[in-house]
Amino acid sequence: MRLTLHVWRQAGPDAPGKMVKYEVPDANPDMSFLELLDVVNERLIEQGEEPIAFEHDCREGICGSCGVMINGQAHGPLPGTTTCQLHLRHFKDGDEIYVEPWRSRAFPVLKDLIVDRSALDRIIQAGGFISVRTGEAPEANSIPVPKEVADEAFDAATCIGCGACVAQCPNGAAQLFTSAKIAHLNMLPQGAVERDARARRMVEQMEAEGFGSCTNYAECEAVCPKGIKIDFIARMNRDYVRAKIRSTGA
Amino acid sequence: MELDPKIPPGPLEDKWDNFKNSARLVNPANKRKFTVIVVGTGLAGASAAATLGELGYNVKCFSFHDSPRRAHSIAAQGGINAAKNYQNDGDSVFRLFYDTIKGGDFRSREANVYRLAQISENIIDQCVAQGVPFAREYGGLLANRSFGGAQVSRTFYARGQTGQQLLLGAYQALSRQIRAGQVEMFPRHEMLDLVIVDGHARGIVTRNLLTGEIRSHAGHAVVLATGGYANVFFLSTNAKNSNATAIWRAHRRGALFANPCFTQIHPTCIPPSGEYQSKLTLMSESLRNDGRIWVPKQPGDKRPPATIPEEERDYYLERRYPAFGNLVPRDVASRAAKKVVDEGRGVGPTGIGVYLDFADAIKRLGRKTIEERYGNLFEMYERITGENPYETPMRIYPAPHYTMGGLWVDYELSSNIPGLYVIGEANFSDHGANRLGASALMQGLADGYFVLPNTICNYLSQHLGETVSTRDPAFDRAEREVRDRIARLLSINGKRSPDYFHRELGKIVWDHCGMERSRESLEEALRLIPALRDEFWRDVRVPGSGEDINQSLEKAGRVADFFELAELICRDALDRDESCGTHFRVEHQTEDGEAKRDDEHYAYVAAWEYAGEGQEPRLHKEPLKFEVVHFAQRSYK
Repeated sequence: MRLTLHVWRQAGPDAPGKMVKYEVPDANPDMSFLELLDVVNERLIEQGEEPIAFEHDCREGICGSCGVMINGQAHGPLPGTTTCQLHLRHFKDGDEIYVEPWRSRAFPVLKDLIVDRSALDRIIQAGGFISVRTGEAPEANSIPVPKEVADEAFDAATCIGCGACVAQCPNGAAQLFTSAKIAHLNMLPQGAVERDARARRMVEQMEAEGFGSCTNYAECEAVCPKGIKIDFIARMNRDYVRAKIRSTGA
Repeated sequence: MELDPKIPPGPLEDKWDNFKNSARLVNPANKRKFTVIVVGTGLAGASAAATLGELGYNVKCFSFHDSPRRAHSIAAQGGINAAKNYQNDGDSVFRLFYDTIKGGDFRSREANVYRLAQISENIIDQCVAQGVPFAREYGGLLANRSFGGAQVSRTFYARGQTGQQLLLGAYQALSRQIRAGQVEMFPRHEMLDLVIVDGHARGIVTRNLLTGEIRSHAGHAVVLATGGYANVFFLSTNAKNSNATAIWRAHRRGALFANPCFTQIHPTCIPPSGEYQSKLTLMSESLRNDGRIWVPKQPGDKRPPATIPEEERDYYLERRYPAFGNLVPRDVASRAAKKVVDEGRGVGPTGIGVYLDFADAIKRLGRKTIEERYGNLFEMYERITGENPYETPMRIYPAPHYTMGGLWVDYELSSNIPGLYVIGEANFSDHGANRLGASALMQGLADGYFVLPNTICNYLSQHLGETVSTRDPAFDRAEREVRDRIARLLSINGKRSPDYFHRELGKIVWDHCGMERSRESLEEALRLIPALRDEFWRDVRVPGSGEDINQSLEKAGRVADFFELAELICRDALDRDESCGTHFRVEHQTEDGEAKRDDEHYAYVAAWEYAGEGQEPRLHKEPLKFEVVHFAQRSYK
């Protein structure tokens, strides 16, 4: 199949960027979207040009490294999919495709399609952990966790930290990411002890990082490759308010 | 060179306690006087950095990813073993130990493996305490399933994302130490050399992948947790950036490389579909619990699977191995698949593949149960192949997956260079010639949370009061070599991309040292690899500069190291004139085509010493002594 790509090229954080057009006359419908970029890059290198910089690693939809806006949509047109798991059979022969980096003030562009997502790590460092020591932890079955609770905590824990939710949000908000992480730990008995402090610190760090505010567009849920629900945002808001009211000062 | 594995005295079950009770300690006030460098943030590296930080050491932790959470451990799907015997099916520490020794075809160290089985129970406790959402039963207790190579259900899992959940646990523990200021995190930094001062590992040289800055970092000890090297094959289940550079650079500085030819070929991967293919995707081995593997009885049978009647199908694993059936260990399942494909009975458009069929399981358990157990794996398969595995059988084929070889370490996980520790997949230690399913996660976390933090103080306690700094001339020399090498790669200005050479190298290693090897194939590989390597150094093209993000430069450096490693892999495979585990020399097989070991001559660890560029490496042998288990022919019939 023949595809025309328009790709955002930007030499560095302070350099001006522009869209550059690449024709691929011989794309194969079984290729993944990243393999399409591989093919373009190999040709660029052989012509002595700099390849398109993009992030990727596991190519199995789980590491969260990859992610670009494809025709304005984070990770492209297929719901519940990372860019590495998007295959060209979902495009039509002759399609024009626009490829851009994640859009968000909190994710500055580093080069071409690569952005800086370290703000997400700093949110975790603010309280996205259980303060447990690596000595003799209690016997694992000594605290039963109802299956429904474990399953729901898992649904939240499945976030891969790709940042699509932020990139798609018209406000550039990170509520889906932060709430998923808070919900995962706050729901489990092991994480309940630090529930208030965790919610407060993580929400405040998120705000300090320059993410926008959530105004319930729900675009994040629509593009999340792991199907994380915005219900967790309501839960986070409840936990945050509760923490403020109780204000234990932990 | 004398290779001392430093196995503690006493009966097998007491060795670890004996070690801990007699090891030297570092008192809490002194721990903060030590700096430990940890390279890599997968299960082994993140758990080690977090635990060392928690103990009070100053830790400098390096990752080439933008975030420590992206290490390739995250992609492990199936599960983690632990001898908890929750199912009352007769499991025990001894059984897990025995299965691992036998699965590894008697090419691993008894004491290490026993310790791993012992610690397995603590790992689950630790991870649950951290909030890892393992699968639970309705009563609220932890659920288990069975995995290849075992007849008990000892595998703990979190849907098909066990690796992700365990890594997030370790990453969160690491994040806590970063917040506490105990760990200084260096994301987007790649280790390009190891620095040795007076015979001791005292630091590393890194490249900042954003700015290209080459910089030295000093520490009292260096811990490598950089994973495996199966990407030497180009097509493998490893993440694209997984590489051998850190351990290879350490090897060039004197660390011995053990059993490099032991590469596990995973039996259940999605078959390649074309030349543009960039990697292969693994389908969790847990699928073999319910899926039945078959091919048509007739070669060249191209009918759609649903139209092939029962009596014309060959469920070859169930036929050949009635006791284990579809759950035989990975090496056995992989070779059996290759055999039927070589007979012309392979399926799918390329004829390279076998069916993994869930029709019976769906009939028996209902579609809903199958969805609950494997839903995300089925989705992933459909996304990649465009076929719906609920309706038509999956197609699978073996692919390079895990490397049991790695840097040689003793019982304390120390390499032969004092102060250099190697943990997780980067070392060679616990899996012998083949790794059982759900054991990699177990080893990574055992090493990082429990083993290394206890063994490293034995070394550090002897170096109290020593200051380390990057002012030693050894750092300048190493930095200069790193810069020269980068300048050389950038100046070749040839015609081919680094990926082109990587792909060609991968084909050579797969064809000549893949699922089976022979003297002829290996000698041929040892002719082809140096020729291609020379071409690489003449004709590779690395555009751009060394002073900003340059992914071609990163790749080129790694591919250059893969060339040297590939040669050592083939040399090791040639030298080991027997079959064992994943190392299948066609010259050595039993009458029914199984691997035939030669315990009299090859029950040793092959540890290779680097002898200089273009020089033949020197082989050192660590004899393996089996005091508790006895050599036996592996049989899964």
